[in-house]
Amino acid sequence: MIAKAHWEHFEHGADIGVRGIAPTVAEAFAQAAYAMSAVICDPSKIAARDCVTVACSAPDYEFLLVDWLNAIVYEMATRHMLFTRFEVTLSGDQLSGALWGEALDIAKHQPAVEVKGATYTELKVAQDEQGQWVAQCVVDV
Amino acid sequence: MDLSRFHKISDYEWRVEARGKMRVPAIIYASETLMQEMDEKVFEQVTNVAALPGIVKASYAMPDAHWGYGFPIGGVAAFDADAGGVVSAGGVGFDISCGVRTLHTGLTLADVEPLKKQLVDTLYARIPAGVGSTGSLRLNMDEMNAMLSGGAQWAVARGYGWEADLERIEERGCMAGADPAQVSEFAKRRQRDEVGTLGSGNHYLEVQLVREIYEPIIAHAFGLHEGDVVVSIHCGSRGLGHQIGTEFLKSMALTAREHGIELPDRELACAPIKSDIGQRYLGAMRAAINCALANRQVITHLTRAAFAAVLPQARLDLLYDVSHNTCKVEQHMVDGKQRKLFVHRKGATRAYGPNHPELPAAYRHAGQPVLIGGSMGTASYILAGREESEEHAWASACHGAGRAMSRTQATKRWRGRELIDDLAHRGILVRSPSMRGVAEEAPGAYKDVSAVVDAADHAGLTHKVAKLTPLVCVKG
Repeated sequence: MIAKAHWEHFEHGADIGVRGIAPTVAEAFAQAAYAMSAVICDPSKIAARDCVTVACSAPDYEFLLVDWLNAIVYEMATRHMLFTRFEVTLSGDQLSGALWGEALDIAKHQPAVEVKGATYTELKVAQDEQGQWVAQCVVDV
Repeated sequence: MDLSRFHKISDYEWRVEARGKMRVPAIIYASETLMQEMDEKVFEQVTNVAALPGIVKASYAMPDAHWGYGFPIGGVAAFDADAGGVVSAGGVGFDISCGVRTLHTGLTLADVEPLKKQLVDTLYARIPAGVGSTGSLRLNMDEMNAMLSGGAQWAVARGYGWEADLERIEERGCMAGADPAQVSEFAKRRQRDEVGTLGSGNHYLEVQLVREIYEPIIAHAFGLHEGDVVVSIHCGSRGLGHQIGTEFLKSMALTAREHGIELPDRELACAPIKSDIGQRYLGAMRAAINCALANRQVITHLTRAAFAAVLPQARLDLLYDVSHNTCKVEQHMVDGKQRKLFVHRKGATRAYGPNHPELPAAYRHAGQPVLIGGSMGTASYILAGREESEEHAWASACHGAGRAMSRTQATKRWRGRELIDDLAHRGILVRSPSMRGVAEEAPGAYKDVSAVVDAADHAGLTHKVAKLTPLVCVKG
């Protein structure tokens, strides 16, 4: 049975792993991004008020996942925003993404840590036995 | 970690002979207990590093080694450019030149204790900490490039600190060979408003008490006495360093094969020192070192202003500033010959012994101060490089306690508010914008820093000089 798209964290010694699981690669990428937001704070506290778009390209899905997450890290850092909703469109080695969120508010969002960057550690984009796409890596915090 | 794969050289030195793709042996300095508790991944990573081109003598790991990115955290490796040696973005890490600086205050516990609450509140109000915090400086592109070229020297020239600070900073506060042109616009944009900010995670500013002195002569040279109050600042190159790490990790991973390098792990992404990308990374990474040095210098200035407001009799002279995520060109003896090596220290501190020409005159006979961060509830240490440091791991030592449990486990076990109340009960005042951040950094989530520094002492890496315990902590 194909489960609904979802996300989870996994353990890594000093940092934390993010994983998106979904019927398509694009949805798995979106779920992994949500998991990354959940490293920082409770994403349900972020209002999907403003939309920012990003684009990246990489030679394979795994490099692309890291690029996608790092593009979000960059937008969070330079715009001082947090994001809660993610949409991904894939076309060959190109990714275009839309991020919805709002300006960081320390009192409201209570962010725990800043994500410094997505890494190649435990990096995997592959289909599991049920045919679900799993997109994961460790993020450095 | 399974110790059967190691050859025990001494109680504190464990060796894996070169085999398979390893070009040199791997050596870990740690006690048997620390070795047993160490992550299996350390074995994999320290032996992977031993397989990189141009590595000299051995791949080393410090007593606080744990699972890192490609290199173990606590990893040390030197490469010779003339022997096809590489420079690795993973071997330096994302938080380039993250480090610790310690300041004297000229105060004792009796001075600080009655004003502790006022002091922590003032420090917390004046020093930007936590996710998304911004500094008061806004750098335009010219100033950004000047900062990336000048490091702490840039900051002092603009009034952030004193000329005398510079001789107490590695490289006299300015890393030579920085090339701001190799730092992307993205990286510079991330740094625009982040100069003079602590960051988050394990970064902090602590006011600490010198609780115990172990080596009185060296402590005297460092100006440390039991009962003194000092300030320690732990932070790095902020968004700029992270962005440089991210960008070069990708380009090095994608071009490794063109350079004939087989990567056992993508995180080991590296490039020959004598390649275009290798040189570009060195220029950018050195600029990030300057960014970190400028950042700690500006925070020092803010700290002095905070103290002046609460304890105007304080005089915050710099004891020393060390970086623990770097690649530096150094001269070392190899089989009786002086060689120029590119020494990577990822979560490891340089620990020059006495009489090293790069030490400030005041410390020439004592050895280099090595500043070790603990956790907010336990202790930090000041160590010193020793004569025999040079024989071990290119004069390097540990950098901290290292985590004993993940952030997820820590938040399941502790609540930030309760931790802060518990610590306050023990006389340690903590201020942080994030309760979850405090829980993730719970003292119990860290390994025993005392065991780590004892192992460094017994292994001959450093002398244990002084133990510091926290009085107040501003947590990023």
